[in-house]
Amino acid sequence: MSIFRGRRILAGAMTLVAAAAMTACGSKTTDEGGATGVTADVSGDTVKVGLLNSLSGTMAISEVTVRDSIMLAVEEINAAGGVLGKKIQPVGEDGASDWPTFAEKAEKLISEDRVAAVFGCWTSASRKAVKPVFEKNKALLFYPVQYEGLEQSPYIFYTGATTNQQIVPGLDYLKSQGAKSVYLVGSDYVFPRTANKIIKAYATANGMTVLGEDYAPLGSTEFGTIVNKVKSSGADAVFNTLNGDSNVAFFKEYKSAGLSAAAMPVVSVSIAEEEVKGIGTQYLEGQLTAWNYYQTTPGAANSKFVAAYKAKYGADKPTSDPMEAAYVGVHLWKAMVEKAGTFDVEKVRSASDGITFDAPEGLVTVDGKTQHIAKTARIGKIGADGLITEVWNSGKPVAPDPYLKTYPWASGLS
Amino acid sequence: MTVLFGQLFTGISIGAVLLLIALGLALTFGQMNVINMAHGEFIMAGAYTTYVLQQSITGAGLSLVVALPVAFVVAGTMGVLLEVLLIRRLYARPLDTLLVTWGVSLILQQLARDIFGSPNVQTRAPELLTGNVALPGGLTIANNRLFILALALAAVAALTLALRLTPLGRRIRAVVQNRDLAAVSGIATSRVDRTTFFLGSGLAGLAGVALTLLGPIGPTMGTNLIIDAFLVVVVGGIGQLKGSVIVAFALGVLQATGEYLTTLSVAKVIVFVAIVAFLQWRPQGLFTLRTRSLA
Repeated sequence: MSIFRGRRILAGAMTLVAAAAMTACGSKTTDEGGATGVTADVSGDTVKVGLLNSLSGTMAISEVTVRDSIMLAVEEINAAGGVLGKKIQPVGEDGASDWPTFAEKAEKLISEDRVAAVFGCWTSASRKAVKPVFEKNKALLFYPVQYEGLEQSPYIFYTGATTNQQIVPGLDYLKSQGAKSVYLVGSDYVFPRTANKIIKAYATANGMTVLGEDYAPLGSTEFGTIVNKVKSSGADAVFNTLNGDSNVAFFKEYKSAGLSAAAMPVVSVSIAEEEVKGIGTQYLEGQLTAWNYYQTTPGAANSKFVAAYKAKYGADKPTSDPMEAAYVGVHLWKAMVEKAGTFDVEKVRSASDGITFDAPEGLVTVDGKTQHIAKTARIGKIGADGLITEVWNSGKPVAPDPYLKTYPWASGLS
Repeated sequence: MTVLFGQLFTGISIGAVLLLIALGLALTFGQMNVINMAHGEFIMAGAYTTYVLQQSITGAGLSLVVALPVAFVVAGTMGVLLEVLLIRRLYARPLDTLLVTWGVSLILQQLARDIFGSPNVQTRAPELLTGNVALPGGLTIANNRLFILALALAAVAALTLALRLTPLGRRIRAVVQNRDLAAVSGIATSRVDRTTFFLGSGLAGLAGVALTLLGPIGPTMGTNLIIDAFLVVVVGGIGQLKGSVIVAFALGVLQATGEYLTTLSVAKVIVFVAIVAFLQWRPQGLFTLRTRSLA
């Protein structure tokens, strides 16, 4: 075999790999035509719900834990008699960290399995990919992850934080600690880019300087240059919106460049207890996170949740904010359905306003208008044991404001 | 100025990582012309070896030192198994080798997921390697990067010497230059193939150990690296180690400079455009092996 033959085949191989990588970036548009909603099949003694999470690919590290806690909530509800007397039958699909796959699987869950609601998605890209599918079919999605706000779909309930419940409190905390300048590091997709737009508007209004802004492609693990730039900027703090594996490489590089939480703290919005385990406390001790829930959050509801989770999945498995929000989502859906007295999507939606749940993170209330929930903001510090302890909280649940309408500095954003 | 030197060192250390992950491939792909898509998973195997060893050897420094030879043997053995069970049956069918090894890479990823779980695992780095060397002028050089640079250079030196000076190296070079003539001269070519594959895969295992100091340790870590590794070998010229060495460092510095002046995404584009332009000018790569072979 000649040398050149080998190269031609290699070119084929590269095309193959590149094509596989490209599909992860494409956004899927759904079929046109305003089909009427597919009604859920609730004729039997069971009601099907869809679970749509990435069990493979770069996001699996995070999304598998969400799947686990949704299953826990489903089991709890079934053990207590189900919803409207029907047992929940979960139908799981793998989104494979690939946004068009999410859209396909959502369509399948709604049209073929005829589920009453779907729980899942993590990245904003996956949510944006499935949003038209849910809107076209008039089906319900419960989205469990903090996100960049500026969205309000009638067919999505957002049980994670919007920006004024996570990013704005994070910035408030930095400001209260005397930070005058920040450096922004994020993954290159919709959440970090929108979040950073908001951070820049906040900074302008609050006398903070943004010294730099850098994005790394999802899955990127080479942070030498970015950390060099961060270091030479001399910023007071770093606001980190990296997602997935990139965080591991970023924090390893951060520590070996001689930077530390004491010298230049990093506030992260995508690192929860599960991610801490995969990065190593050696690299993270003392760094800050902004969330609404930690495993260490006090309260009976949380002790029960943590105990049940560990009993089911193992004592070494931590609980985290998105897991909790996913767990809360299932319970909120049950409460909405029972208040409405039916699985009918429109009736469930109109019954949602004011529903409360004594969640592990504290009392949460559904806001029927935005379909987000009021939740308490908490800033935490990562400890040597890998757990995160709260250093500040908002005192009471913060009402959701996805378009930041109540913040004058944000008027130019949406 | 400080930043400039800092960036230069970043570029060199990116080059060292590229070199380390490409070195094994320079043997199996460069010398034997086997396109092994599972090479990245051998890197992963090396990283998980470090993780497993840390469960029993508590000292982070000691476990890293032990992990280097163990990972070499683990990944090398996996390579030999792959060669004996699959690749050797497909030497005449390169396209099938490509697909089969890609399949093997998917199987190995799932195997890692089943054994270690989908989330990343953490290893502890020895304290010595998490710090940095402070130079005058506020310049710092990360110790883990220095370690990887030293490891990469040591691996290149060892491999070069082995190929030049040992009887095994002579046999490998003979088989690469003219397989048939080597066979009629009494060299057991299939045994040489197996040994070459062991060395190449073992080097991937070494790279895996080193990468635990830099990046995530998870089932998909290898796939992120494999394209870069192939690029280095193709641009460097097939059949030559020195090409891979020069190209790895050149791409590293180009990447770091581009990234500093623009953004990471644009820097990647710059690197790819440079590679395409270079291959238009020299499709055979930087260096080529001149042989009398008619193939």
